[in-house]
Amino acid sequence: MKFGVIVFPGSNCDLDAYHLVRDVLKRDVEYIGYDRRKLGNFDVVILPGGFTYGDYLRSGALAARTPVIEALAGFANSGGLVLGICNGFQVLTEAGLLPGALCRNDSLQFRCRQVYVRVETNTLAFTGKAKNGDVLKMPVAHGDGSYYAPPELLRDLDDNGQVVFRYVDRDGRISEAANPNGSTANIAGIANRRGNVVGLMPHPERAGERALGSVDGLVLFRSLIGHLQDREVAGNG
Amino acid sequence: MAERDSKNNAGRQDKIWRKLGLKDFEYAMIVDQLGREPNPVELNMYSVMWSEHCSYKHSRSSLKLFPTESPRVVQGPGENAGVVDIGDGYAAVFKIESHNHPSAVEPYQGAATGVGGILRDIYTMGAQPIAFLNSLRFGPPDNDRGRYLLRGVVAGIGGYGNCVGIPTVGGEVYFEPCYRGNPLVNAMCVGVMPLERLVLGQACGEGNLVVLAGARTGRDGIHGVTFASEELSEQSEKDRPAVQVGDPFLGKLLIDATLEAVEKKLVQGVQDLGGAGLTCALTETASRAGTGLEIDLDKVPLREEGLEPFEILTSESQERMLFIVEPEHLSGLEDIFRHWQLPLTVLGRVTKGRLVRIFYRGEIVAEVPAESVAGGAPAYEPEGREPDYYRELSSFDPLSLPPLKDPGRVLLNLLSSPDIASKEWVWQQYDYMVRTCTLQGPGGDAAVIRLRESGKALAVAVDGSGRLTYLDPYLGGMLAVAEATRNVSCCGAEPIGITDCLNFGNPEKPAAFWQFRRAVEGMAEACRVLEVPVVGGNVSFYNEVEDEAIYPTPVVGAVGLLEDAGRHCGPGFKEEGDAICLLGPEEVSLGGSQLLKVVHGRVAGRPAGIDLGMEKKVQALLCRLVARGLVSSVHDLSEGGLAVSLAESCMAGGRGAVIELPLSTDPDLALFGEGPSRAILSLPEKNRDQVIEMAEEAGVELRVIGRVGGDALDICCGGGRFLKLRLDEMKKAFEEVFSWMMS
Repeated sequence: MKFGVIVFPGSNCDLDAYHLVRDVLKRDVEYIGYDRRKLGNFDVVILPGGFTYGDYLRSGALAARTPVIEALAGFANSGGLVLGICNGFQVLTEAGLLPGALCRNDSLQFRCRQVYVRVETNTLAFTGKAKNGDVLKMPVAHGDGSYYAPPELLRDLDDNGQVVFRYVDRDGRISEAANPNGSTANIAGIANRRGNVVGLMPHPERAGERALGSVDGLVLFRSLIGHLQDREVAGNG
Repeated sequence: MAERDSKNNAGRQDKIWRKLGLKDFEYAMIVDQLGREPNPVELNMYSVMWSEHCSYKHSRSSLKLFPTESPRVVQGPGENAGVVDIGDGYAAVFKIESHNHPSAVEPYQGAATGVGGILRDIYTMGAQPIAFLNSLRFGPPDNDRGRYLLRGVVAGIGGYGNCVGIPTVGGEVYFEPCYRGNPLVNAMCVGVMPLERLVLGQACGEGNLVVLAGARTGRDGIHGVTFASEELSEQSEKDRPAVQVGDPFLGKLLIDATLEAVEKKLVQGVQDLGGAGLTCALTETASRAGTGLEIDLDKVPLREEGLEPFEILTSESQERMLFIVEPEHLSGLEDIFRHWQLPLTVLGRVTKGRLVRIFYRGEIVAEVPAESVAGGAPAYEPEGREPDYYRELSSFDPLSLPPLKDPGRVLLNLLSSPDIASKEWVWQQYDYMVRTCTLQGPGGDAAVIRLRESGKALAVAVDGSGRLTYLDPYLGGMLAVAEATRNVSCCGAEPIGITDCLNFGNPEKPAAFWQFRRAVEGMAEACRVLEVPVVGGNVSFYNEVEDEAIYPTPVVGAVGLLEDAGRHCGPGFKEEGDAICLLGPEEVSLGGSQLLKVVHGRVAGRPAGIDLGMEKKVQALLCRLVARGLVSSVHDLSEGGLAVSLAESCMAGGRGAVIELPLSTDPDLALFGEGPSRAILSLPEKNRDQVIEMAEEAGVELRVIGRVGGDALDICCGGGRFLKLRLDEMKKAFEEVFSWMMS
């Protein structure tokens, strides 16, 4: 089982994702350069947070045009698991691997704080170890995190169970105050239709150690590990 | 060649040095040191390097008072940043610097490039930056201009720091009318590195290559250091072009590329390009190494055609680094920079002798002795004179004021005053968690950053009170050092070094210089007694607009070491039933207090004095108590006194407290008076006797004053109720006012 973390020029949460997988989850992990045309042998590829290419054009737009993205698209199309966190989510939408777009926060300011998100679907490889309705505490840190989907897309996302997380209050209730960026329908994270590509604005890799204030982010990674282990067992049997 | 030029130009210059900020006497010194008249290019080089900003000509003799050594100090002042040994083969590298003038005319870019500049100082030494802090001063946010400056500065700090991926973990923001036209923006950066990786800004090794990397050079920030060395005026708006423009994305790539080059030992010397640009980097690296340089200006990658040699030499374009490289390592360095798509150009080489020789289009355009340009400026001993206000203000007796009628209301007013109110509106715009090492972020006494390599942690804090330094500069200097080091002690960390940013008025005015000199003397005395060295810093003079100076504002950045990252302490009350203790001396004063400022609108009186010996005992005791895990919370007592600190500990922990003070006290003074060397502790009942015993042994007063519990802060004095406020009332006052004010 091997995790990969893509490093784009301007990625800055690559270290955090790498550290969590290696030192907390004790799994194999490797960095993947933005200029690679072949991915290599990975089970999960993480697109970390940061400010790729300074986010100077649109957040994630330039990173979505780097050589590694073509390889990533091939990986995703063949069912590989892809997790985009924060800027990584923005890159995935810009690359067309996830639908919708991420716009400026409604406050027009960068926001760094703890938020609560509710698990909306646990049928994915990313959430299998959570229960629907579980409330997870994780931080956000972004300026362009307001997820936007036009009405017809929103309907599709709902119908297909593609909304993975929504911002809620501590008790799991959806409210405007619980939404740090003004996203459509309090959406914090979504999946593609096949369910093997997920992007979210909150940082699960920052919520993986008690010393940092929350371990709720671990459920994502433990779900992925569990899913891969089940697959291995199934493959061997 | 150069000599002939200078003769030709001598007549035409027409005391041009005055326009460049040099005095006639200084020009004469340049002619003397050079042995001839400088040509215009050389004069430009001298003028930026002999500016106050670069040469410290009015502060140098005073700064010698600071103790700069300890067994831990690896590198003191003089390099890009201070380096302190933290054990296990690692060092902490840190420095604070001002960017006041640029931020006054262009708040976003001024603050952003302040952050970028201090960041370069840290990784230039070979250290991985791990945290930013900042200390900000503004006029009251009661008008559009004030809010514009605050908004712009905060956005600029976040814009740069968030993008480069270094967390902004702490800081302070204060408001006084004197900062209205001249805000203060002091940025601090802390880094960590293996000691063996240390590189210095030295151009050593004859024949080594001089390499420029990073951004192209443009016309921004020309004579920025000269602009920083004058008073601000109505005309300063036109100096906007003297403000540099930051590119944090390029900055992030430069960090990664530079640290990779250092790790692979491909570079002999590293120097960032900041104030005074290429001129500073060239002459300082040569001067430190005692070498010369030959530089071809035609090789400098330019943003636009037609830059004059003097512009290329003094441009402060951001995100540039200078490397001294052995020829055989050039291709390795080029590989790294190619991967990050960063330009890298060989400008010339290191030579014997001590001349920096600059070629442009095949001709020598400047030929100057490095030591003369970088270190030949005069050191002034300006006249200092006690200003008239000093005695008048200190004769005011705050105890002559009538007793408070409604102490609860007063506490709410204090909690919602801009100085004390929660600064979440500010720090939620900073990514304070990236790198996942922030164990305690903004809002506490100090931030705590774990060190993955060793299981240890650093506690970092910035502190300084302009108001108290104005009322008593010597005391204010002592308090700045004591308060910053106490803040890290409250987290359980042993202070191991400080960096200072000295923000003052025009040193050529006797009153301003007196304030400066007295404050430095006070700081030096505190450092000596507390045994904490100054390892670097920055002086910012000329903080005046239209003849009105800011409060003298020494800001201290303190770094403390925690042996066990798992044993650190925060300010919030944690457990119902814990005993609440007041640690430290009883002496407090309302002189210069927040109560006096907020309720009575006065800045006057004598602040409580400090017994530095007692301060040292208190700090050492705090470290021991936290290290042994005997206390649940520790919170420093500062602005607003005991009442405000109790309220903050209640709010931080989401728990109330019942406090009982003895009848003998004057409650207004005891609860709102301010004094140094004090902290509030909360601790489990079972540890009580042991803690009391330890305090007795240490010779520090400790009084049990109450108990954690309930959902209100309930303070009684001699049996009668002094005030009672519900948690939610206090939180509303404390948390909501700032965002309301800024919206």
